[in-house]
Amino acid sequence: MTLALPHAGTAPSVKRAVRRADRPARRAAFLLSLPLLAFLAIAFVVPIAALFTTAVDNPETRSVLPDTLRALAAEPSAAVPGEPVFAELAHDLARAGKARTAALLGKRLNYEIPGMRSIVMAGSRLAAASSQGPWRQKFCDSDPAWGDPALWAAIRRNGARLTPYYMLTAVDLQQTPSGGLAPVAPEQRIFLDILGRTLLVAATVTLLTLFLGYPVAYALTLAPPLLGAIMMLCILLPLWTSLLVRTTAWVVLLQSNGIINDLLIGMGLISKRLQLIFTRFGTVAAMTHIQLPFTILPIASVMRTIPVAQLRAARSLGAPPMSAFWRIYVPQTLPGVMAGCLITFILSLGYYITPALVGGPTDQMVSNFISVYINRDLNWGLASALGVVLLAVTLLIYGLFLRIVGADKLRLG
Amino acid sequence: MTVLGLSPYAEPQERLARFGLIVFVTLVLLFLVAPLLVVVPLSFSDDPFFSFPVKAYSLRWFRDFFGDDRWMASLSNSAITAVFTTILATTLGTMAALGLSRPSFPFRRTVNAILIAPMIVPVVIVAVGDYLLYGHAGLTNTRTGLVLAHTVLASPFVVITVTATLATYDTTLTQAARSLGASSLSAFLRVTLPVILPGVVAGAVFAIATSFDEVVVALFMTSAEQRTLPVQMFSGIRDQINPTIMAAATMLLCVSTILFVVVAWLGARGRNL
Repeated sequence: MTLALPHAGTAPSVKRAVRRADRPARRAAFLLSLPLLAFLAIAFVVPIAALFTTAVDNPETRSVLPDTLRALAAEPSAAVPGEPVFAELAHDLARAGKARTAALLGKRLNYEIPGMRSIVMAGSRLAAASSQGPWRQKFCDSDPAWGDPALWAAIRRNGARLTPYYMLTAVDLQQTPSGGLAPVAPEQRIFLDILGRTLLVAATVTLLTLFLGYPVAYALTLAPPLLGAIMMLCILLPLWTSLLVRTTAWVVLLQSNGIINDLLIGMGLISKRLQLIFTRFGTVAAMTHIQLPFTILPIASVMRTIPVAQLRAARSLGAPPMSAFWRIYVPQTLPGVMAGCLITFILSLGYYITPALVGGPTDQMVSNFISVYINRDLNWGLASALGVVLLAVTLLIYGLFLRIVGADKLRLG
Repeated sequence: MTVLGLSPYAEPQERLARFGLIVFVTLVLLFLVAPLLVVVPLSFSDDPFFSFPVKAYSLRWFRDFFGDDRWMASLSNSAITAVFTTILATTLGTMAALGLSRPSFPFRRTVNAILIAPMIVPVVIVAVGDYLLYGHAGLTNTRTGLVLAHTVLASPFVVITVTATLATYDTTLTQAARSLGASSLSAFLRVTLPVILPGVVAGAVFAIATSFDEVVVALFMTSAEQRTLPVQMFSGIRDQINPTIMAAATMLLCVSTILFVVVAWLGARGRNL
């Protein structure tokens, strides 16, 4: 005797039918968000993709020395190539001199071998001035660097479409002539320091906002409605105020003839004016002030959901006040603490304006260096590589935030 | 004071702790608000140096501000950019939020994480990416480029605010309208939108504030002609901070206070509905 079991295939097919029936609704819902998604794809994702390509793009050598590279490929094992390659080099450099592109090549090779800028420019003038060879002789006579295997290794290496140079530089590494990786010379190791400093400042600011903000969030739950509303106003008004206005206020406060110094002298605490602006102290103070509301709000919203009766219950069961607070109350606020601290840490990593105006040279963060390489040094490759590093760190922590807290938990005010 | 949440039989140790809490919290709130309040009197001070107490009050820095072509040009640039940004960001963000709050939305968590990302990614990275890309598209040093970039930065705020409002929206209202013969567009315009309007307006206010406040992208993307108010202030502070900047800061403070009051009022209204 067999039991009339439901057919094994029914369940999935019902599920599929339900899904199919649901499809128009899913499509309609998705279509509504499609314009913004498409917009972000073009105006947000593509620019970031441009950042990634610029970080590995290597167009200079290929565009300025195309014939030299082709001739070099015919002599794969020569440390210093022979006359045919030098003849093409003269040809390429003369053309580059006319088209004013030699400077681009010189600048690019100068990143890897200091002094290459003037060597390339002189070579371009030499190639334009003389009509025929022997080119190898002429180049090496004008500058012995042209006989250096390291120079030719650099040209060969940069004949590739992509380069790891900028990404490696952004983490203080370099390629050795044999193709391995090695740390750069100690005096050139700056970028890991800058990244470390950025992480340190962000962590300090995060801990300070937690230390200052946690009691405020707790007091918010105890305060009667009117007092609570006033406290909330004190927290939200700074959040709404332009970041630039808040930074301006700190510039004024921290000046050596500014209000903080006036107050300290007036109270007789110091006799000589302190240097507060353009210091780490100033940067951290201003950033803490700006980030404090971001840390307080998530903690306060979690605390609101914890019944006050719990603490009373713990006390009535014999827990001492401090122990009741630490063992019953604090653990329940941890989700809010995580959310507030992670958001403050993420936002602190990207600070640019405040360190630029309030900090000194040793307080500048990754963002400030990216800006310098774009706007002053015109080294877009290195700026992009630093951007990739900063983005990677930020997304790592955003991923943590999404796992622990979730994007839908973000609230404003 | 001592009654703040304390039971009448609290131990002295507890009373002391509560007193400490009150003092600490008062100081922290002072730390939050005092720096903002410093700006206002200085902008009305007759003295070109930032000294307290203010000896004589005058409107000279405001006269300087309104009499200077560069300040006025930057103010109008900021206003125009903010208006276009707000229209774009509010429209796109509200539509996305409407989609996201439907129960059948596919891959909600992923899409949500993507829509919020512009708020998380450091602004410098957006600025550099735009700078590199818009150079090819001929959009650097144009207002269009700046509006597009600001819309990217402002859209998460609209998505978050409108999604939060829609969470409390009763969808049977839309169903009722539809069953009575309204087209879905007319049901949205005549039923849903009026109910969620406070949230949409709050989102728009956030978008205005974002655009009006933004310095970094504007620094990278604009020449002297499209200079916005924050960029003008930034270069001023970098160069030599002067009281005209304080006048500008005071006005920005007024604008943000007004925006804040609008949003708070809308929030209160939303809760009463």
